[in-house]
Amino acid sequence: MLQKDAQRLSLLLLLTPFLLWILLLVVLPQLGIVGISLREKVGPRQFTFGLANYLAFVQEPIYWNTLLRTAVMSILVTFLALLVGFPVAYYIAKIAPYRSQTALFLLCLVPLWVSDLVRAFGWIVLLRETGLISGALQAIGIIKGPIELLYNDATVVVGLVYTVVLFMIVPLVSTLNGMDNSLLEAGHNLGGSRITVFRRIVVPYAMPGIVAGCIIVFMMTAGSYLTPILLGGKNSMWFTEQIYDQFITRYNWESGATFGVLLLAFTSFVVWLGLRLTGQKLATTVAKD
Amino acid sequence: MNVAALQSRAFRLIYKGYLVAFFAYLAAPLLAAGVFAFNDSQFPALPWNGFTLDWFFSDTEPKIGMFHDRRLMRGLQTSLYVGIIVSAMAVAVGTCNAFLFERRDFPFKSALFVLLVIPLVIPGVIIGISVLVFASMIANGVEQALGQDWSILRPGLTLVILGQFSFLTTITSLVIAARLRKFDISLEEAALNLGASRPRVLATVTLPFLAPALTAAFLVAFLVSFENFNTTLMLVGSDAPLTITMYDRMVKVGSTPVLNAVSLFLMVGSGILALLSVVLQRDKAPPGSAT
Repeated sequence: MLQKDAQRLSLLLLLTPFLLWILLLVVLPQLGIVGISLREKVGPRQFTFGLANYLAFVQEPIYWNTLLRTAVMSILVTFLALLVGFPVAYYIAKIAPYRSQTALFLLCLVPLWVSDLVRAFGWIVLLRETGLISGALQAIGIIKGPIELLYNDATVVVGLVYTVVLFMIVPLVSTLNGMDNSLLEAGHNLGGSRITVFRRIVVPYAMPGIVAGCIIVFMMTAGSYLTPILLGGKNSMWFTEQIYDQFITRYNWESGATFGVLLLAFTSFVVWLGLRLTGQKLATTVAKD
Repeated sequence: MNVAALQSRAFRLIYKGYLVAFFAYLAAPLLAAGVFAFNDSQFPALPWNGFTLDWFFSDTEPKIGMFHDRRLMRGLQTSLYVGIIVSAMAVAVGTCNAFLFERRDFPFKSALFVLLVIPLVIPGVIIGISVLVFASMIANGVEQALGQDWSILRPGLTLVILGQFSFLTTITSLVIAARLRKFDISLEEAALNLGASRPRVLATVTLPFLAPALTAAFLVAFLVSFENFNTTLMLVGSDAPLTITMYDRMVKVGSTPVLNAVSLFLMVGSGILALLSVVLQRDKAPPGSAT
């Protein structure tokens, strides 16, 4: 009996910090922004319940265009990151000899830990009008005057892919590492061409890693702030920038909270759709790495 | 013969070339940010005017090195302060969570595990605004009910710490739980059979086994906290951590090589800490499981 009470007490002791954390810092704050997004300002310090903030979002093309633009670019970045990252992950996991495998993987991990700010700053040093690339192009005589490579969409995409591609490679390497080479051998022995083996064996095997990578990358891109702002400049039209603008610059918390809820709802929907289409589960996908 | 390898020679060459290009792409901005810290010029750009360490150590205008720049140094101190506190908190709660989810059964366990993971997929900006909004709601409530001003719940370091803590705990929980899963429970049973009390078993058997994961979790949490920008930006008050100070400098003042010096400092520091955390967690597992 005593034993059982002690068990229950210790369970309670372990549950308390978890529940306090998850309720006070995750669940209630999220509900808080939902709550604040549903109130309308009718006078100074006077509010009523209503959907006016959401209506304002729908009626103002700038707002929903920005969300749409953020979404489309995030999907593009996710796709490019997969395209760029897969060959690298395949090489590290399957082709490289064991010793350089570890070294290459670590090489991939080091920039992963460098702050976004430093990476964006590096790109600025390279790409701005007085930057390295512009200077180098002038020196070899390809262009005459200085050229501004910042502040356009292509640069933002290149910078975003750079920021997130490592988060694609890490889960891909983990999954591909588990793949037995005899599967490939069997595929070849049964007469499959290189492409068939890749499409029918490698890709299905790597699917959990692909899905995990895509989810992490998509969420990171859609929620990123620094890279689009610093590389895209004033015209970057990124949705997180709108949220910041409403909250801090205009002090319109109702509208900012609405945007926050919309961003979260939208990205969750895309992730849910991705999981649904590929038959994976969130907890197993994200928690694995 | 390695069947995963490519047989055609031309294709192999293209593949190698691609890999070289990829790693060059990875390195380029980091090199650009780092190298110009040593350029003896007012701007982080060509031409190269010669090697100098002024952007680190000089204490005279116009080239104030980062170690004599009062605002940057205060930012660094704030970052260290926030990082240490928040990592200690996240490791403490993360350890409890690891034991809770690895060792215990309770109602709604799998649903609660999903809740545990969720902060990882919420964008940092939204974590920031949600903590800001919730803290203000409480502060306003207190003000109306009691007439007291709880300034601790207004933007400032406390909120920065709470905001970062809210998602770092997920990371530490997962790192520590992964290690706890590998623990052979019969070791604990043996110690108990030999007459050790539960707390003693925890202190002499289980926690020493977990120590590498606890250290690694602390390092990872510290790194992520130190480099965090999005959540911090929403919650920061007058004391700004280093990333915010650096961003302000970039946007408002324009860049001088002192920012390159800070970048290099951050790269070297985080590189060392990251390697340390990877080494600690490795224990001869194949790469890939090392994260």
